[in-house]
Amino acid sequence: MAKIDVSIETNDQPAPPPKHPNTCPSCHSHYRDDELEQSLWVCGQCGHHFPMRARARIDSLVDSGSFVEEAADLHSEDPLGFFDLRPYPERLAEAEMSTGLSDAMLIGRGAVDGRQCELAVMDFKFMGGSMGSVVGEKFSRACDAAAESGMPLVSVSASGGARMQEGILALMQLPKTIAAIEDLRDSGQALISVMTHPTTGGVLASFATLGDVLLAEPDALMSFAGPRVVQEITREKLPDDFGRAEQNLRFGHIDAIVPRPALRETVSRLLRLFDAPE
Amino acid sequence: MPPSEHELRLRERLGRLKSLPLLGGARLSGELERLQRQIDRIGEAATDDEIWRTVELARHDDRPYTLDYVERLLEDWFELHGDRGLGDDAAMVAGLGKLGGRTIALVGQQKGRDIRERAARQFGMPNPEGYRKAMRVMTLAERHGFPVVSLVDTPGAYPGVAAEQHGQGGAIAASQATMARLTVPAVACVIGEGGSGGAVAIAFADRVLMQENAIYSVISPEGCASILWRDGREAKKAAAAFKPDAAHCLELGVIDGIVPEPEGGAQTDHDAAARLLGDALSEALEELDGVPGEELRRSRRARFRSLGVYA
Repeated sequence: MAKIDVSIETNDQPAPPPKHPNTCPSCHSHYRDDELEQSLWVCGQCGHHFPMRARARIDSLVDSGSFVEEAADLHSEDPLGFFDLRPYPERLAEAEMSTGLSDAMLIGRGAVDGRQCELAVMDFKFMGGSMGSVVGEKFSRACDAAAESGMPLVSVSASGGARMQEGILALMQLPKTIAAIEDLRDSGQALISVMTHPTTGGVLASFATLGDVLLAEPDALMSFAGPRVVQEITREKLPDDFGRAEQNLRFGHIDAIVPRPALRETVSRLLRLFDAPE
Repeated sequence: MPPSEHELRLRERLGRLKSLPLLGGARLSGELERLQRQIDRIGEAATDDEIWRTVELARHDDRPYTLDYVERLLEDWFELHGDRGLGDDAAMVAGLGKLGGRTIALVGQQKGRDIRERAARQFGMPNPEGYRKAMRVMTLAERHGFPVVSLVDTPGAYPGVAAEQHGQGGAIAASQATMARLTVPAVACVIGEGGSGGAVAIAFADRVLMQENAIYSVISPEGCASILWRDGREAKKAAAAFKPDAAHCLELGVIDGIVPEPEGGAQTDHDAAARLLGDALSEALEELDGVPGEELRRSRRARFRSLGVYA
């Protein structure tokens, strides 16, 4: 007989005390900054992947000194005069201060083992990697740059979804990035999409899942709706690996799970397979 | 009274349209006239209360749903079922019918009228199977040269365990990509709730319209409130902040026109609402008549690529 699950009702436990960002949430090993940097922010004990900043990601992928950033000066505006508990421009300024980035995505050209590619890399630390007008525009420009120079586009996503503060225009970045990908496809160039923790909502429902090859980091959450929303609305018991990379692989939604230390070599091989220019 | 910023933007849009060598030549005058009428009607921007009133009307229990319009507007309607892979999603309907004498393919989310039907149709929240059914029918339309009409009415894509296992995010992306490749005309109209990715999945169209009391938004007011205000009860404030009403969507260039509803809202008179919607859909399709497929596809992509505000 089916057992009735009551786990949702018992979920109201107090939040655990905040952990240090250098403490592994999985096995509690603690690392110095330089140790984490050395290990590409992967726990040496259990293999947990810590969040990785966009610039560090690019450094970890491309040949030293080969990256040339593009469209670095694009900034969000405040089309709605959005004000929740604080005005949107204030949140933007704060994110800019704390990340040193102008928005949640960096784009530019680089080389991996001598093979040229365009890169579009997200930074979760900038407002949860949310996609607003700037992310949409930068991604589209990266598609155009790849098409024009005849090289593949490699995207690395890390995003909670569309940026609510830009309202309907944030939603319009889904069709916008998709239009850009279709133009890229028509030019004959490939899109290699790497999804990292988390890639959810509007980014999953747009460019991240439209790559010719889809890769994910271990344990990355890749769900359209977040686990909390699914549980609240459906009262369903969630499987342990709900929305995770492993579930996505099992159900056929991605091509491979690639641990971070192997990502550079994997991207390099794909660039060779897609005949990226040297 | 000096014109509001909102009105100024509408005027600017009208000016841009007038100077553009847009599709369809003479047909454009209809579009211009409609914009002019909208400018005349909109004296000032909606207040917070008016926006919330629109949210309530968009969700009204008696509001006409997709099949109510199908019944009134399409002849020879034949519903197509199933995604040919996994199942048939009742939250998304798709089929063929005649609109003004020519065959079109129609896709749209469908809400239920009574409790049983609501459950069966999952409150108009499609699973990936629904989006795959829509894609299948849009591809069928492409093969046979039928224009695609989509009616958008969903609180959002269904947030369920199976939906995620079956690839909800990927299905929503693929559906938009399918529309981005169409060489047949596509017209979308938001007829109630245009909830987030689940809505835009079938709204990558040449002409995007909204009914007067429809809403189109990146997240539900309740969802936004619970995230940004940490209190779902602040939905009214959230709606006022992200402005999901048709006038604001038009101002931002997200939609191309507002379809009028009968006095008091579409729920008061389904027949009249259907006539007004039918006129708007036919007009939009006529504007796109005779435009070469490649040109349709190019300008459809350009339309969406132009959306966003940055410096």
